[in-house]
Amino acid sequence: MSRASATMLPLAALAAVLAAAPFVLPHLGASLDVLQRVLDIGLLGLGFDLLFGVAGLLSFGQAAFFGTGGFVAAYLLVNDVIGSVWLALAIGTVAAGLFGLVVGWLAVRRIGIYFAMITLAFSQMAYFLEFSPLSAYTGGENGLPGVPVPWFGPIKISTGFPMYWLLAVVFFVGFVLARRILHSPFGLVLRAIKENTARAGMVGHSVPAYKLAVFVIAALYAGLAGGLLGIFQSYMPPDAFGFDTSGDLIVQTIIGGVGTLIGPLVGATIWLWLRDNLQLIPAVGSLWKLILGVIFVVLVIALRRGVVGEIRHLLTRRRKAVSEAGLPEEPAGDVAAAPVPLPLAAPMIAAESGAPALEARGICKHYGGLRAVDGVSFTIRTGSIHAVIGPNGAGKSTLFKMLADEVVPTSGEVLLFGRRITGLGATRSAQLGIGKSNQLNQLFLDMTVRENLRVAALARSQGTFRPDVLRAADSIAAVERQIAATMETLGLSHRAEVPVHVLPYGEKRRLEIGLALATGPNVLLLDEPLAGMSPAERTATRALIREIGRSRTLLIVEHDMDAVFELAERITVLYEGRLLADGAPEQIQASEAVQTAYLGGLRAHEPA
Amino acid sequence: MPSASLLISQAFNGLALGMLLALVSSGLTIILGTLGVLNLAHGALFMVGAYAIYVVAGYTGSFVVGVLAGTVLMLVLGTLLERGLIRWFYDRPPEDQLLVTFGAGIVIVEAVRAIFGPQSQHVDVPAWGQGAVQLGFLIYPTYRLELIGIVAVLLLGLYLILYRTSIGLVVRAGIEDARMVGILGINVRRAFLLVFAIGVAAAGLSGMLYAPIVAVTPDLGETFLVESFVVVVIGGLGSYPGAVLGGIIAGEIISITSAFSPAYSGVMLYAVMALLLVLRPQGLFGSEGRV
Repeated sequence: MSRASATMLPLAALAAVLAAAPFVLPHLGASLDVLQRVLDIGLLGLGFDLLFGVAGLLSFGQAAFFGTGGFVAAYLLVNDVIGSVWLALAIGTVAAGLFGLVVGWLAVRRIGIYFAMITLAFSQMAYFLEFSPLSAYTGGENGLPGVPVPWFGPIKISTGFPMYWLLAVVFFVGFVLARRILHSPFGLVLRAIKENTARAGMVGHSVPAYKLAVFVIAALYAGLAGGLLGIFQSYMPPDAFGFDTSGDLIVQTIIGGVGTLIGPLVGATIWLWLRDNLQLIPAVGSLWKLILGVIFVVLVIALRRGVVGEIRHLLTRRRKAVSEAGLPEEPAGDVAAAPVPLPLAAPMIAAESGAPALEARGICKHYGGLRAVDGVSFTIRTGSIHAVIGPNGAGKSTLFKMLADEVVPTSGEVLLFGRRITGLGATRSAQLGIGKSNQLNQLFLDMTVRENLRVAALARSQGTFRPDVLRAADSIAAVERQIAATMETLGLSHRAEVPVHVLPYGEKRRLEIGLALATGPNVLLLDEPLAGMSPAERTATRALIREIGRSRTLLIVEHDMDAVFELAERITVLYEGRLLADGAPEQIQASEAVQTAYLGGLRAHEPA
Repeated sequence: MPSASLLISQAFNGLALGMLLALVSSGLTIILGTLGVLNLAHGALFMVGAYAIYVVAGYTGSFVVGVLAGTVLMLVLGTLLERGLIRWFYDRPPEDQLLVTFGAGIVIVEAVRAIFGPQSQHVDVPAWGQGAVQLGFLIYPTYRLELIGIVAVLLLGLYLILYRTSIGLVVRAGIEDARMVGILGINVRRAFLLVFAIGVAAAGLSGMLYAPIVAVTPDLGETFLVESFVVVVIGGLGSYPGAVLGGIIAGEIISITSAFSPAYSGVMLYAVMALLLVLRPQGLFGSEGRV
């Protein structure tokens, strides 16, 4: 299937279904009114699915924005403040977006339970505001009746078929837009945040900014859907603000399929259809919501993909079974046999002449009485491979975290090309040109190798935050070149389209380095890159490290002494949080202090 | 400006409501603190308690028998829920836990609606709670006064269990670090089950005690669920003393605000919560980032 048809096919199918629905579904027990309601919930759900399904943020407060958009638009129209229904809709949508900006600003810094609670609290606050203090404007428990229908030029969009077409067109456009967002660089970063928030921040994406942006987008969708609710019903009901609006939406999204965008629409169809049609059966009429509740619980426990997700899963599995059997074979030969020069992004900071790449000045980290790192100073010369060694508990990992600014030192400072970076945070430091690979893999497990590297490469091209929502994620040529070159260097090109969670350990380990490399750092910190590897993998990875070291400054923490003394041009030895020695490998090997304290008198090149 | 007697009367109402909120929220918070699960079915369980007393007290004519039988029922229900559902979600992400307890809440509410119908039910105030008491400066309904006392005793009992027994020690250690407790060779799973059952019983007991002064409907628990979130946020996630104090604070905020303007009582509660989340997100007694 060509790429263009793969993109267009779902849209054509959706358009066909939307066009056929009002002629077919009323005969199957879903009235035109129900279809309009479904489309409205579907529109609300597009935003919610971007927020929850894509970015992983479970909001219990979408009602706040649904209600805000609805009541602002309805108030303006009912009181003749504004004549144009379209303009009122736009103002209501923007109002919901602004409210989303305020709530989101408070909520996105928190995760999980706290995030859910904050969204719920604000939505409840909005509900009570609507009911009493603002009832002069909102009609309190009566809501606002008499919302007019819009005109499209000379055509009145009256209730019934014309209104259905309006909602169908708005939903379709909303869907196309949401799909663009999902497949944009912005959408890819959102997925990365859901998969591994910490790593998304480490490679240089501003996680709070991306979360806030998607929160506002969801609020805008909700506001528009709320405005349309008042218009197609000719009445703005106060229960738009109710907890059930948010709660039902969550259930409908789960039933339909999280992360599919179309899921909420499908879930709402099933929900409303069951409600209306079960009620016609005398014995089970009142049980419709109980039945839906049980279905929901079963879906949460066992079938996490929902209706759309399960269908899609079955289709892709069949296609995969035909096209490939297992992982592709690794090509024969050395991993880094044909190194491709990596395009190195220009340094963000112009290197002052003679300034070291990275410099630690008296940095300390104290945890209570424990001095994990105690006044360590050393410099890393630009273009060198530098190693930090020391026995377990010497403070190497803490030192590393301070160099990458993941941990703020108790005192002292770190300079990158002469500029102080201490306190800027890991995200800003990454943007300034420090890449770090972790001792324990921190990968985006449900994404492919190519997508993993794209997340990292985008961090350098997009900066900390860019709401790049309309272009395709793979449309930035420089980023794609960077990905291809990185995969080539890592020897992972043949794995490009493989989801990372199925990779063998050694390849995951190499990708861990690759994520740091793909950001195009000037200084690359590798925390135990050889840990847990087989001898063959070690050899290959040592070659890889030497190759990488040709084009940029490298700092390595490693326990494999053979590797350290083979690779490093300079070695810093830590012992009990303090600097014990710093010099060329021969000096370190000859140092008596190092031998007694660290190697226990063994010959230096033997593994500790 | 409302009169002094109205303010005093509202302060008492706030205390009665606050004590109930404290009891509901203490159940929510010990489950959250120990198991790490925010139980969104808590409101539904509160409602089940109210229906339990409606059935048993209606059948036997005794409120006390109703409370005893209801408590047993809640403990059994809590055990079934933990064993059958919650247990499988300890290792899943918080979003999944929220979803499954939310779903369980829907099923419970709808099951009750299917059995008892949507209409509201009435529970008689017990004979020993009839009438009003002359407090000198104000006449106050007897049952509400007794309610304050009864809940205080229950909260004290919960305190003794949590802070004066060895099982309570395990539970509190579990709040700090459940994995470490497991490594020490203590059966954490059993402590978890116990905490969940006690938490559910706390919600049910609140519902039982609240039933005589409210119309009992299947949706009774929803308001209480959301208000007990506010309490837990005020007190600090997972903190038992925080839940008690936070409950009383929340009750007073609602009651005193409505003495001035009933319209703002709901808004004020959530405004305080929002303010707290910005200024002191860990709550009064919570420690940052524990939950």
